[in-house]
Amino acid sequence: MLLLKNATVVNADGMTETDILIEDGIISRMASAIDEPDAKIVDCEGKLVFPGFIDMHCHLRDPGQTHKETIESGSRAAVFGGYTAVCCMPNTTPPLDNEAMITYVRSRSASAGNAEVYPIGAITRGQEGGQLTEFGKMKAAGAVAVSDDGKPVESGAVMLNALKYAKTFGIPLISHSEDKSISDGGVVNAGENATVSGLRGIPRAAESAAVARDVLLAEEADAAIHIAHVSTARSVDAVRRAKERGVKVTCETCPHYFSATDDEILSYNTNAKINPPLRAQSDLDAVIAGIKDGTIDVIATDHAPHSRDEKNREFDYAPFGSVGLETAFSVAYTHLVLTDNIKLTDLCRLMSYKPAEILGLEGGRIAEGVRADIAVIDPDAEYTVDAENFVSKGKNSVFDGWRLKGRVVRTIVGGKDFEL
Amino acid sequence: MKRKDILGIKDLSKSEINELLSEAEKMRGHIDRRERLSVLSGKTVATLFYENSTRTRNSFDMAAKNLGASTMGISVATSSVQKGESLIDTGKTLVAIGVDAIAIRHSAAGAPRLLAENVPISVLNAGDGQAEHPSQALLDVFTAKRHFGDLAGLKAVIVGDIKHSRVARSDVLAFTKLGASVTVCAPHTLLPDAIEEMGAAVETDFDKAITDANVIMPLRIQLERMHGAYFSTIEEYREYYGVTERRLERAAADSVVMHPAPINRGAEIDGDVADGVKSLIEEQMTNGVAVRMAMLNCLLSA
Repeated sequence: MLLLKNATVVNADGMTETDILIEDGIISRMASAIDEPDAKIVDCEGKLVFPGFIDMHCHLRDPGQTHKETIESGSRAAVFGGYTAVCCMPNTTPPLDNEAMITYVRSRSASAGNAEVYPIGAITRGQEGGQLTEFGKMKAAGAVAVSDDGKPVESGAVMLNALKYAKTFGIPLISHSEDKSISDGGVVNAGENATVSGLRGIPRAAESAAVARDVLLAEEADAAIHIAHVSTARSVDAVRRAKERGVKVTCETCPHYFSATDDEILSYNTNAKINPPLRAQSDLDAVIAGIKDGTIDVIATDHAPHSRDEKNREFDYAPFGSVGLETAFSVAYTHLVLTDNIKLTDLCRLMSYKPAEILGLEGGRIAEGVRADIAVIDPDAEYTVDAENFVSKGKNSVFDGWRLKGRVVRTIVGGKDFEL
Repeated sequence: MKRKDILGIKDLSKSEINELLSEAEKMRGHIDRRERLSVLSGKTVATLFYENSTRTRNSFDMAAKNLGASTMGISVATSSVQKGESLIDTGKTLVAIGVDAIAIRHSAAGAPRLLAENVPISVLNAGDGQAEHPSQALLDVFTAKRHFGDLAGLKAVIVGDIKHSRVARSDVLAFTKLGASVTVCAPHTLLPDAIEEMGAAVETDFDKAITDANVIMPLRIQLERMHGAYFSTIEEYREYYGVTERRLERAAADSVVMHPAPINRGAEIDGDVADGVKSLIEEQMTNGVAVRMAMLNCLLSA
């Protein structure tokens, strides 16, 4: 038994002061001044108690690329970021494109005993854009969504049918919307900084034109679609207009798209090489506007760990991606809440409530009778990010050296207490 | 000059550029008198080229030898790079065997900087991706300065594939730092985003751009760009962007034509122009050696 005293609970629909009693992995009671002599007592005075964060988008590299990350190390890094559940993308080696692979991830998740790891299955076999995978069987084995992620479905016809097939089985489809014929060869956002650095640019339309296509296909299929890592002003606008028309579209952005610009690449810092690329200030402002008006539903990490040697090389040859599980809350708190763009309850909606709702997962709220998935935050803590101290195998953080506020100090996963 | 490396015009101050140019003037005197120096005797300069190049590589090689240094050429095609050795490991190997400076050419922008950050010896950028080609820009401004005496108030026009050109970027920076104005000219497909933020004026109509220009510099047009839908045919390209005798009539009376070479006769430049009285192309080659001698001497003789 665990008793959180004097908790300031942050739910998406409001904040309350209460004690929380956890028994058998479940929140059994919420009331003021609970007295339970057998319970381990945690004083939460001055702390914020969120429902555990749920990451809809991370890369755990397991199986096949375990020098970058494993399900064990990634799910432990998740715990250190306040995440109680994370969803891993299928671009492993081999990809998560069948029932057996989904079962593998779930069993590794169980044996690791950290944050829950829910696999996202591929849309097409081998992520090759052709034959559909077994959505029904993968869902039954524990897949919470389907996506071809970094190898987006090129054929409009296949995408249209994938949306209809996903609707049949009630499994969410997540689209990494990118027109590779436009982005091909590019490594940074097309614009002034690309020109100055001589690094090849990825035009914004590589994303926004694909977002527009995918949203229109979902509208045609009358199916739900979730757009991954939205980074441009026109992508935000395409989703906003689709929502106004009643399209069943949701979308996510990542902490780096509302806190960092492509100024980061001027020093050829390969940790700032991310896909979609870091954009300009006007895009960053549009992403924040989208978060504020509800166009953007979710903050996901796109946690993409790589080894030191893979990143410590020519910018063109370094792989895309930054880790993010252990910094997401602090970056969001510092750059969205402390800047008065959103409230704490909004942050809960973006990082806990909405991911649970979109994926149909348990969690996302703190209430009596629900699974005890909890993140305890010290809002007054201030620290400098040192990637070398990350639990993740990946030290490739675009936030390395940043000064951040608000820190996860305790994570409870289904009643299992991690004091950090 | 107190610096370990020369990685780009971007990092060089106007006074550093002028220091290099006056040093290059002395070196040009030595070249004209056929004098070989020994200021760098005992030093070894490696040329590490990940892209094919005859001109720049031979020019660095000649420059080093003119100063008394020995040289070592690492051909990527026959080296351990082919076996997958990383740039940083290759650099460390060169340091370990006693090399004093590396002139590097690489297709990836920023590669010389990565190398410089990981080795204690001098690194000279001999061209990186679409980013910079500082020795070319220095020889271009050196050539123009020798011809005109001063660059302040001059108008330079760079015409051609600006988008993919490291020469264009370095030249825009070098000419503007020395007080010239630079217009870049190309169809929209071959213009990089926001190039005006680097200090260049932009014009897609070459007849307008060339009007009253003092320095005209066409860039080599690569035929494979046609396949990327950057332009249509060589015939149309020449019609609208080629440097021809007729078009040169619009330029200033004292105008000169320069070209980073190799040239495509009949494409971006007519043979008559390349061989004509306004052409400084051969002068550029000689000055290239002088400028590279100056770069090596400034970095290594301290």
